[in-house]
Amino acid sequence: MTAGASLRSRGAALVLLLSTVFGPATSLTGQEVSGSVPTEPIVVASKPFAESFLLAELFAQRLEAVGIPVDRRPGLGATDLAFRALRTGAIDVYPEYTGTGLAAILGLEPEGDAADVYGIVSTRFMERYGVRWMPPLGFENSYAIAVRPETADSLNLRTLSDLAAAAPDLVAGFSPDFIGRPDGLPGLAATYDLRFEETRPLLQSVKYPAIAEGAVDVIDGYTTDGGLDRYGLVVLDDDADFFPPYEAAALLRPGLAAARPDVVAALAPLSGRLDAATMRRANRRIEVDGQEPAVVAAELLAGLSLGAPGATTATPSPDVADTGLAEFIWSRRGETARQTLRHLWLVAIALGAATLLAVPLGVTLARRPTVAEPVVRATGVLQTIPSIALLAFMIPLFGIGVGPAVIALFLYAVFPILRNTWSGVRDADPDAVDAARALGMTDGQILLRVRLPLAAPVVMAGVRVSAVIAVGTATLAAFIGAGGLGDPIVAGLALSDERLIISGALPAALLALVVDAGLSLVESAVRPRGLSED
Amino acid sequence: MSTHTPPRRADAAAVLEADGVSHAFGEVAALQGADLRVTDGECLALVGESGSGKTTLLRCFNALVRPSTGRLRVRGRAVADSDPVALRRSMGYVPQQGGLLPHWTVGRNVALVPTLLGRSNPEAAARAALERVGLPAVEFADRWPRTLSGGQRQRAALARALAAGPDLVLMDEPLGALDALARAELRHELGALIRDAGVTVLLVTHDLHEAAELADRIAVMKDGRVLQADTLDRLRAAPSDPYVTELLDRGLGSAVAP
Repeated sequence: MTAGASLRSRGAALVLLLSTVFGPATSLTGQEVSGSVPTEPIVVASKPFAESFLLAELFAQRLEAVGIPVDRRPGLGATDLAFRALRTGAIDVYPEYTGTGLAAILGLEPEGDAADVYGIVSTRFMERYGVRWMPPLGFENSYAIAVRPETADSLNLRTLSDLAAAAPDLVAGFSPDFIGRPDGLPGLAATYDLRFEETRPLLQSVKYPAIAEGAVDVIDGYTTDGGLDRYGLVVLDDDADFFPPYEAAALLRPGLAAARPDVVAALAPLSGRLDAATMRRANRRIEVDGQEPAVVAAELLAGLSLGAPGATTATPSPDVADTGLAEFIWSRRGETARQTLRHLWLVAIALGAATLLAVPLGVTLARRPTVAEPVVRATGVLQTIPSIALLAFMIPLFGIGVGPAVIALFLYAVFPILRNTWSGVRDADPDAVDAARALGMTDGQILLRVRLPLAAPVVMAGVRVSAVIAVGTATLAAFIGAGGLGDPIVAGLALSDERLIISGALPAALLALVVDAGLSLVESAVRPRGLSED
Repeated sequence: MSTHTPPRRADAAAVLEADGVSHAFGEVAALQGADLRVTDGECLALVGESGSGKTTLLRCFNALVRPSTGRLRVRGRAVADSDPVALRRSMGYVPQQGGLLPHWTVGRNVALVPTLLGRSNPEAAARAALERVGLPAVEFADRWPRTLSGGQRQRAALARALAAGPDLVLMDEPLGALDALARAELRHELGALIRDAGVTVLLVTHDLHEAAELADRIAVMKDGRVLQADTLDRLRAAPSDPYVTELLDRGLGSAVAP
């Protein structure tokens, strides 16, 4: 058994444990705990943007075409999350770009042509991580630094060197990924001596509308983006050859090639078969026409004669972009219900576990003032870790999916409950506590019969805060493949599909309201009658 | 009568004794060698300004404060050797704010000590105690503390202190939170109740009128020490320290007849 497989089964064991403890929800995780079936499904993942979704879908359908079962995990965080998941064996395959591997993962200076770069990454990745690069699919998707045509005309911009001269008067909108990567803005700025008036982090989905409306003047796109054509943007020439070649290829987790030669054999015929024009058209079908990646992938495979024999499962639906919002949401109601249940289940397990830990801990701390402050402050610090970062830390330890998501949600849920229990028990009506002690109640009696009942509404208020936070944070769990209402949000952001975003965000907001209202009833119920104003 | 003879029950046993008791809260010295003797059946008032140590001394006797030095005895037994929980259940306690448990009914509050002691029918004891303090049980037993007036709350606290029939009650400013009218009214009743119950009372108060009306003897405290403990007459006639006269004059006026 490889290290990756054992990690994954550890994750599965955790899920199994959680679902055993919280029995009623077990059926929802059926797919995660089926690790013991003979042909384990191949976990195909993607990063959260349209082309990555499309390529992952292409790999998945290709594997299914030859009878290999597939588990899809699209939209994993970004390069760091996806590669971490692959390296630790939490996923089996995802599409990556050679230039990204060279600069962002290996941290090397870009050099040589496309074949050189592929040679470097395939050798180094195998040596360092045991990760295998399949031969490239046949097209490059580099960064495209683009401006509006009016900007290009008035400032006479054709190259990135031209841009450097005008940059101090321009506002740039770049993806957060690009702003941080060595092969992104830092290297670009150093190479061309670029200094913008302002640089704003923008998500992929809002970059094109933002530049079209003049909110920013310069964006980073991908050369195969449908948006470049749609908005008629001018791509500036990389005249100093800063960007390395970004050839797309399938990346295989350590040990997969040896263990599953059938997977390698199934994916191999895709190599060298997709050119840039084909991909631009395909991306445009998704980003501009609102077509689903699965449909476009099926068309591509059929065009290459690599699809399932006679498969017409994914029929194109040309009017999909014209469907009204209400109609669209209604058409997804089954999916939404399933995702809502999954979401609620993630929150319930995390919240239940956090309550079981935080209430006794808070009670204990209320009697130990010297250690209480540091412990409460430490859990408070945990609260300040950005959710995406915390989720990224989870991957090497727990893989991807439900397990690490629940653990991350649990860590966030502890603090409000702990703080409220601690302060509620500590500050419970001091006159009443003093009298109870002076009249001969033991410490245990004071705790159980005076402090805890008086603190109960405060504790419940903490649980309520944690619950609402957890419902919101759980949408981010989609970045590590845990499912829930974050799935349509992440997919919608990646595919620039607002209806899809709303179809996840709306139920998530409603769920937060319902959970809050439900817990407020519990809060009233645990409030001792002597305290209420009725 | 010799000047050394206590005015009442000269032969009575000491119920509360403090010898050279000192205690500090962190850097702040609350008690600095306090001596006190409260005899069986008397009501002794501890008076003094804020910070003189009266409440701290009272709380030493029910082991809520553990003094760093000095000897404390309750009914002849060292407090340090007693089980604090059993000790506390053996005496009543009436704090300034009443200290009723807000999530319990008045009846359940008053039944607390009999219940803790495992007595049979604590509810009946609670009802009887409520009647004694002028709160008809049928009307008050099922009410929540927050629905009571300040005076009713202190009565209920007094009922709770008396419900198990203790021979000793500690009162820490029992009327201190009440408005002047309620205080005057309850003061008279409190005096009658104490006499009827025949209990030993240690009463902390900053109100010398209250001390003069309720107490058999008054102990004047200053800077963590008991300067003098005697009847008001004797404190007037033979003050051990100019401060005793000063405090009495300030609190009662110089021309008040005992």
